[in-house]
Order: sequence, then C-alpha cells, then structure tokens
Amino acid sequence: MEKKQVISALKKTVSGIKKALPDLVGVLLLIGLVLQLDFGKVSGYFSGNQVIDTIFGASLGSIAAGNPITSYILGGELLDKGISLVAVTAFMLAWVTVGIVQLPGEILIMGRKFAIIRNSSSFLLAIVVSFAVVATLRALQ
Amino acid sequence: MKKFYQTIEDYIFLIIASALYIFILFFKSDLFVGGIYSFWYLFVEVAPIILVVFLCIFLTNLFIDERKIGRYFGERSGWSAWVIAISLGILSAGPVYVWYPLLADLRDKGMKDSYIAVFLYNRAVKPQLLPMMIYYFGSLFVIVLTFYMIIASVINGVIVNKLMEVKAK
Repeated sequence: MEKKQVISALKKTVSGIKKALPDLVGVLLLIGLVLQLDFGKVSGYFSGNQVIDTIFGASLGSIAAGNPITSYILGGELLDKGISLVAVTAFMLAWVTVGIVQLPGEILIMGRKFAIIRNSSSFLLAIVVSFAVVATLRALQ
Repeated sequence: MKKFYQTIEDYIFLIIASALYIFILFFKSDLFVGGIYSFWYLFVEVAPIILVVFLCIFLTNLFIDERKIGRYFGERSGWSAWVIAISLGILSAGPVYVWYPLLADLRDKGMKDSYIAVFLYNRAVKPQLLPMMIYYFGSLFVIVLTFYMIIASVINGVIVNKLMEVKAK
C-alpha cells in the first residue's frame, strides 16, 4: 500500500471527524437534558382508549432517549399500572427506533429528507408493529 | 468572512445546544447540573465507540471504494445486501447516533438509503438485552416482537428508498 493512499484516507477521515464531532456532542448535550425527565410519572396521561394510548405511547417513546433497558423497566411499570400491552409495546419500540432528540444531529449528518422520512416511517411502524405483535400473541396463546 | 460563516454553520447545532444549557443555568440550575452530569457520563460511555466508528471510517476510506460499495449495497445489489444490513445493524454496538458519520460516508460511496435505514432500524434489536426483556415480558413476546422488528426494518428500508426517490424527482 502506498503512503500517499494512507495519507489521503487519513485526511478524508479527519475531515469527516471535524464535521461530525460537533453534531455528536450536540446530540449528547440534548440527551443529557432529556434524561432528567421522569418518564415514570406519565402513566396518568394514558386515557384507556387503546388507539389513543398507542399513539401517545409511541410519541412518548419518540421523545425519550437513553439505554433501551430503561424502556423495558418503564414498560414493565406501565403494564403494572394497567396500561395496555399495545401502548407499552409502541412506547418501547419508538424508544429504540425513533429519535426526536437525535433528529437535529441526524438531519445535519444524514440529510433532512432522509432523517424526516426515516423517523416518520419508524414512528408509524412502531404503531403498526405493536398491534401486530399483540394480535399474534393472542392468536398463539 | 465566508470561512467564518462556514465555521458557524458547522457548529450551529452545538452552539444551540450549549445556549440552551446556559439559558437553563439561569432558570433551573439543578436541571443544568443534572444535564451536564448525564452528558459527561454519556460522553465517557460512547467515546470508545466513537473511536471505533472513526477507525471504521478510516478503514473504509482506505480499502473500500465506490465500486465495491456499489456492487454490494448499490442499485443492483440483491437480497444478500438486505441480510448483511440486518446482521450488521443487530451486531453493531453503542447508541445509534455514533454510526451516522460512517453511514453518511458509505452513502457518499454509493450505499442505497434503504440499506442505511435497515441498518439503523436493526440497531434496536439487541441480542445482549434480550434476557432482560424476557424477564419483564416473557420469551414468547420477545420472539414475536423481534420477528416483527426485522420484518419492519425491511419495510422501513423500502419506504425510505421509495420516498427519497419520489422527492428527488
């Protein structure tokens, strides 16, 4: 391998790092703030209507950020409080597939069109998949 | 002057996020302290993964050219590209946002948006976290959910690709 090739690859990489690093730090700063929110207190906002609760659960999960384990624990707590499994599944799915907090960073690095389409599609799929999962579970049990 | 505006543009998101913290400092200092603490904790946690991602970018710049990406993840790539994108998404570690720079780099080299979307969606399927999920929701729920998530990732990839094409016309 030529030294020139390595230097060229290194230059391209450093240029990419210089472009992406400020956006990544910005995303981390925003997530730091979102982690201060107490999502455990939101169970009172669920209405009991399965469709509305599922959309609400997916919306809540989209705003939330952090380790997926937290979403499992919160999901377990929500189930204990009588929230439907469809809404809880939508909440956990949106938590890991939609990123409103990361969206500005995703827009800057991946492009506006891509980020908006991908997150909107993931949001809708979180709702559809939640209903499909619970329907399948009912059919299997 | 043009260079100055370019620098501002490059840092605009970081500037806005920092300004938000300064604003919060004056009105809710406990939230500021908690935010900074969480930021630092996250930063230390993801720093090694960011380094790995940057190493991957360097290696792709060095060894993988547009022709190779085009062959495996371009317009004419077959079903194997879907399987590779799903597998890499499941196996990749760390938070989703650290992978954006590498994916942007691969897209510049010719990777289709559908495979990028599939990779990002499958970041949500984490084998190492499944025991924890089974503990809370049971194994049948986890099996069914994982199955649907992989299917949904492909649907997501197809939707993203189609809409990107429509908007580009």
